[in-house]
Amino acid sequence: MLLTTWKSEVYCKMAKTKRIVKSIRVDADKCNGCRACEIICSAFHATPKYSSVNPARARVHVISQRLKNIWIPVFAGEYTPAECMGRNKYVIDGKEYDDCAFCRAACPSRDLFKEPDSGLPLKCDMCESDPSLNKPKCVEKCLNNVLVYEEREEEVDEEEIRPADVEIGIGTMIDKYGLDQVLDTVARISASKRG
Amino acid sequence: MRYAETGYHLEIDLSRGNIERVETDPKLTELHLGGLGTSVKVHWDRVPPEVNAFDPENLLIVSSGLLNGTPAYSANRTLFTFISPQSGLLAYPMMGGFFGAELKYAGYDKIILRNKSPKLVYIWIHNDKVEIRDASHLKGKGALETQDLIREELKEPRAQVAAIGLAGENRVFTASIEQARSSASRLGGGAVMGDKNVKAIAVRGTKDLYLARGEEFMKLMDEVTEYINFRNANPIPDVMTILSGIGSPQEMKHTDEKWHTENFMWGNARTRRRDFWSKENEENWTTAQLSAIQRLISCFNCPQQCGALVSSEAVGGKKYMMKCFGKLTYSMAAYVDDLRFNFKILQRATEYGVDSFSTPQILAFAVELYEAGILTDKDFDGCPSDKEGRFFWLLDRVAHREGIGDVLADGVYYAARKIGNGAEKFDHNTIKKHEQLPLKLGMLDPIYYLMYSTNEKISITQIEGNFPQAAFPTREQREAFVRDWIQVPDERFKQYVIEWEPRGDKSIPYFPTPEMCSEIVDWMEMLHNIDDALGLCAGMGSFCLKPPYHIHNYPKLISAATGMDLDEAGLKKIVNRSRNLHRAFNNRRGMTRADEKPPEDHWKRRFPELEENLLSTYYRFKGWNMNGVPTRKRLEELDLGYVADDLEKRGILQDGQD
Repeated sequence: MLLTTWKSEVYCKMAKTKRIVKSIRVDADKCNGCRACEIICSAFHATPKYSSVNPARARVHVISQRLKNIWIPVFAGEYTPAECMGRNKYVIDGKEYDDCAFCRAACPSRDLFKEPDSGLPLKCDMCESDPSLNKPKCVEKCLNNVLVYEEREEEVDEEEIRPADVEIGIGTMIDKYGLDQVLDTVARISASKRG
Repeated sequence: MRYAETGYHLEIDLSRGNIERVETDPKLTELHLGGLGTSVKVHWDRVPPEVNAFDPENLLIVSSGLLNGTPAYSANRTLFTFISPQSGLLAYPMMGGFFGAELKYAGYDKIILRNKSPKLVYIWIHNDKVEIRDASHLKGKGALETQDLIREELKEPRAQVAAIGLAGENRVFTASIEQARSSASRLGGGAVMGDKNVKAIAVRGTKDLYLARGEEFMKLMDEVTEYINFRNANPIPDVMTILSGIGSPQEMKHTDEKWHTENFMWGNARTRRRDFWSKENEENWTTAQLSAIQRLISCFNCPQQCGALVSSEAVGGKKYMMKCFGKLTYSMAAYVDDLRFNFKILQRATEYGVDSFSTPQILAFAVELYEAGILTDKDFDGCPSDKEGRFFWLLDRVAHREGIGDVLADGVYYAARKIGNGAEKFDHNTIKKHEQLPLKLGMLDPIYYLMYSTNEKISITQIEGNFPQAAFPTREQREAFVRDWIQVPDERFKQYVIEWEPRGDKSIPYFPTPEMCSEIVDWMEMLHNIDDALGLCAGMGSFCLKPPYHIHNYPKLISAATGMDLDEAGLKKIVNRSRNLHRAFNNRRGMTRADEKPPEDHWKRRFPELEENLLSTYYRFKGWNMNGVPTRKRLEELDLGYVADDLEKRGILQDGQD
């Protein structure tokens, strides 16, 4: 009962915070398939910067099936150690796409988004750099505005404190050091923190 | 380390199946840059003048340009060089698309094919792994169809494939090499590839291409990017729409075809239809175009949209890719007022793999001969009588080399001589045996006279460019045009434009003067030669008015990319060297002053004395003798003393001709 009261009190106090979500809006209908995005991406991420070009190292890839009218820029996302069990097909506007077409993962099923020599996975980092850029390089070099950089603010809950997790943690301490030891320690720390 | 280039050629002996990766001499880059420049040098060194187009010793060189694969926008041209079956000279048709850059990422600047394969094959280049593979199952397949079949077979959707169709396999002289939305069309590259029994070349590369001073290169490209955005937002006023922008003519975007349909000739470069663009035709053509085009598309790393994915759904359903003037050539050559016919027949022509400039004229030439009774019902046995059906039938015959098609497949010049019986008179639109744009005009244009007569390209759209095609009517317009003309190599060109009037003393054919014309033509040639060495699309450099690339930024870009320290004078010297080597190569094959002339009826009003003066003035300007052969002095200035020795040994250059 006591525990429940405490819980609700914490919930009441939980704050909302704001964070910036960086995103690239992809207007695939406008894509002419020139792959300028791949080229600049690989050059920007080369070491030293702009010392080499290799679209196979790019963290964006334009999927092209020219005669099927398919041109889609896809960005590299998380690495995944296993490929999907099932593969769905999507038919959109009369065009058939494999599930993988839209997938951002560096995955064992394909060599996309992996360093061509080492096989290490690649991931789009929105061209994070110091000083930071106004927009990712691929967006800057896409003169047909297929790629549009957007920042939006999202309100998110502060990380939720879950009493059950706290309980498990303290329970383990008690098991290990004994209740008295833990209580002494908590009292000492709280005294010093509160001055 | 090599920068901007890979430093390797892929040498393939097709008869023995021998494949070698050969390191190139960096000195060659300093002397000839790359692309056309270095290819011409290989031909000069290795193909003696006795070799004909279909001899095994004729090399077919597939070359990237020096800036292919770098972040330079629009550096995507792939060049094919070979002795042409049609002109007998060194041809260099180019294509955009995606091939050249991929070849460099695979680790090669050029593929050099020699001899002939005993059976139909395709070549698969995947980085260091290169295979010659059987292509018997691809025999007769379409040039576009083949590209997808090979990608599927290799399970490599990212492979770029250049392929020939049936026309190339059958050595049709106008056969093209097709890749993605582009094709290397002129002068029979497809025929030479077919003669070598190579159906296609597929390439996939995942290697790095290095830039010497990358940060500096990107800063220069930022300026180019800014200018591209500016030009796309600010078309040039007071010129035809088609000339106002950058990129190759935006034929897929623009629907207004008044200028082409009313100023270019219909049929076998025969009839001008000054009142064609009626309200009704305009509406029909606009509807046909807008309903056929599904998407505007680009070549590798290019922001312009010169091509289109087309579906001729209403008339057959198949998709293909189209660009440029090919949109109109078949309709106009066949006198078919319905543009849908062009969309329909071009699909078949693209799969056959034929040049859409020359081929429609060959078909129109055959129709004229039939109407004149020179070709008979026997030659046309089985041919439908309607205009559209006739063109389809003739196209099939040419691609298959069946019956009269076998004669026509050698192009207008040779077909006319083979048919005889007065057919020669109907060959009225070729230069150096090559079909030209269907243009017949009034007053001799001295600048065009020189370009048509002298350029090694033998195709006007790859020669003209930065200088306005005609005088602006008012002085205000001229002054406005030159105000922000940053591209001029010298300020005096601005004065030429300001003084140039549409009528009166300062108008064509006497103004610009022969001296001025020589300078203007030399400037435009120089730009084309630079673009063709760098693999840059002429649409962003040499071909259009006020382009993003020009003589003042090329040397900086080349220097930053390669690490060579080039200035304007140094760059001019390199391309001048390449141009003179190319000319000497063609002289060695027998080309002389007598070959340097536009068709007799190209202009109604001709001025024989002025024309001779123009040619002589231009030859002198170029440092050539009166037969159009580079003099020893000029060759030595360009470090080509060995060329002078060779020309003298063969009696082509004689003592005292300097």
